[in-house]
Amino acid sequence: MNILVCISQVPDTTAKIQVSGDGKSIEKTGIKFILNPYDEFAIEEGLRLRERFGGTVTALTVGPETSKEILRTALAMGVDKAGIVKTDDILDSYNVAENIAGYAKSISPDLVIFGRQSIDFDSSGMAPMVAEMLDLPSISVVSSWNIENNAITAERDIEGGKEVLTCSVPCVISAQKGLNDPRYPKLPDIMKAKSKPIEEIASCHGSALVSLTSMALPSSKRVGMIVGDSEAEIASVVTALHEQAKVI
Amino acid sequence: MKHIIVYIEPKDASSLKRTSYEALTAARSIAGDAQITAFAVHGSEQALATAGNYGVQSVVLAKHDLLSTYSSTATAEALAQYAQSVSADTLILSGNASGKEIAPRLSVKLKAGILPDCIALVNEGGKVKATRPVYAGKAHITVESVSDHSIIALRPNVFTAKQEGSANASITSFAPSLEAKHAGVKVTSIVKNEGRLDVAEADIIVSGGRGMKGPEHFPIIEQLASTLGAAVGASRAVVDAGWRPHGEQVGQTGKTVSPSLYVACGISGAVQHLAGMSSSKFILAINKDKDAPIFKVADYGIVGDVFEVLPVLDAKLKAMLHS
Repeated sequence: MNILVCISQVPDTTAKIQVSGDGKSIEKTGIKFILNPYDEFAIEEGLRLRERFGGTVTALTVGPETSKEILRTALAMGVDKAGIVKTDDILDSYNVAENIAGYAKSISPDLVIFGRQSIDFDSSGMAPMVAEMLDLPSISVVSSWNIENNAITAERDIEGGKEVLTCSVPCVISAQKGLNDPRYPKLPDIMKAKSKPIEEIASCHGSALVSLTSMALPSSKRVGMIVGDSEAEIASVVTALHEQAKVI
Repeated sequence: MKHIIVYIEPKDASSLKRTSYEALTAARSIAGDAQITAFAVHGSEQALATAGNYGVQSVVLAKHDLLSTYSSTATAEALAQYAQSVSADTLILSGNASGKEIAPRLSVKLKAGILPDCIALVNEGGKVKATRPVYAGKAHITVESVSDHSIIALRPNVFTAKQEGSANASITSFAPSLEAKHAGVKVTSIVKNEGRLDVAEADIIVSGGRGMKGPEHFPIIEQLASTLGAAVGASRAVVDAGWRPHGEQVGQTGKTVSPSLYVACGISGAVQHLAGMSSSKFILAINKDKDAPIFKVADYGIVGDVFEVLPVLDAKLKAMLHS
């Protein structure tokens, strides 16, 4: 089975976000960048499928030179090949999808696996967008699934429950937390991954469909009524919830 | 902007999902002189007609054998065909689980800029500018489509649905031209979380964090949730420790929620947790550490031991709700 896993590099979940001088992006100084947490499930799923069906797992990212770090992590976990579409420009999601779809067409994968969303821009649109460009079915936010004779049955989280879906290979899926328990790379594998080749893929510069006009920190307009734990004080909060906030 | 299409979904035989009413109201708020048409692939006449109560008088129902079982791919294709047939330039839908699968496909089909997860919209000279959270709400961006079309997906529970009048919308049908390849993925069944309200849908959420000290103490959270008719949520620490299921996790790597009231119990307020709940309309925090970061985003805070405060809070709420 030929599997393509698409991954991205994002600020650590504990990172404090500040807006940079251009008013359109974040200040990168001092921020630790990590492999997008949901992508760990995507890589793990690719590796498990290879263990079951044989084949090749390729990890792909679109980003600057520094994104190679996450490809090294993927290689240390066990992917066979790694590729980067190197770009320093800030692209819109359509442009990123075009680059991924362009590479996917060159290797015709049976499965393309994403994490459910990249925790920087949180669009969760990459899997269906790439699938549409490749004219393939897709299932997002998959929490469990099975493949038998190229037929896929998957469960995905929806509001208030789960959907059970079917489609056939080739297809695109995005992985939900809990789909598997990602392996930790072992030290010798981390060392070996450092010298493995990373293919550099020429980017296709389409035109963006969306323009980001400004970025700002959210303004907080909270009431800020903080009280102690006496019975009277707790009662005053209940009264405020009823009379002021009108939420109960 | 000349013609807006709003994608709507039925909830049951007589009404639409709340997220669909939110989308209809949002469309009205930015329409100006533009025409608005609601579009559905399923739904009874009675349910679809309720779009009229939210100010949209015209509903189009797509009819095709391949739409009888829900398929995100077939739905996106039918919607794109209809949008092209009437030269619509703006599509609005809820960014719920189904919208998140349809909107990106529409963006490719129509070469339209996609504005996902919007929390505010304005019409500036006929162009929609949207505000949306990024980095899990740690920052906000404003975005606009630079193509001729835009696809706008709304964060659920943020836009308030407003009834306008009580007229029933008129329903016409549309026959898309679909082939088997358009229905490559199909929903075969839906498993509901019976008896358990999902944090993604709840109007009130009561969440517990590490301050609850163990899974054996969560009945206190469940009790408070039951009093308020709320869903139970949890912090990442609690889910990672195996005290509560993944489905309850609120935060950057869990669910992003926007309830009317979020009650944080024994949650310190790690950045990644705040990211998932800071768009809640009101936040009540209970924590024994007065310097906990959760109090910086709270509307109401009680500094005290959760094990002492929660039973009193529960009793006071019960008294209030029964009075």
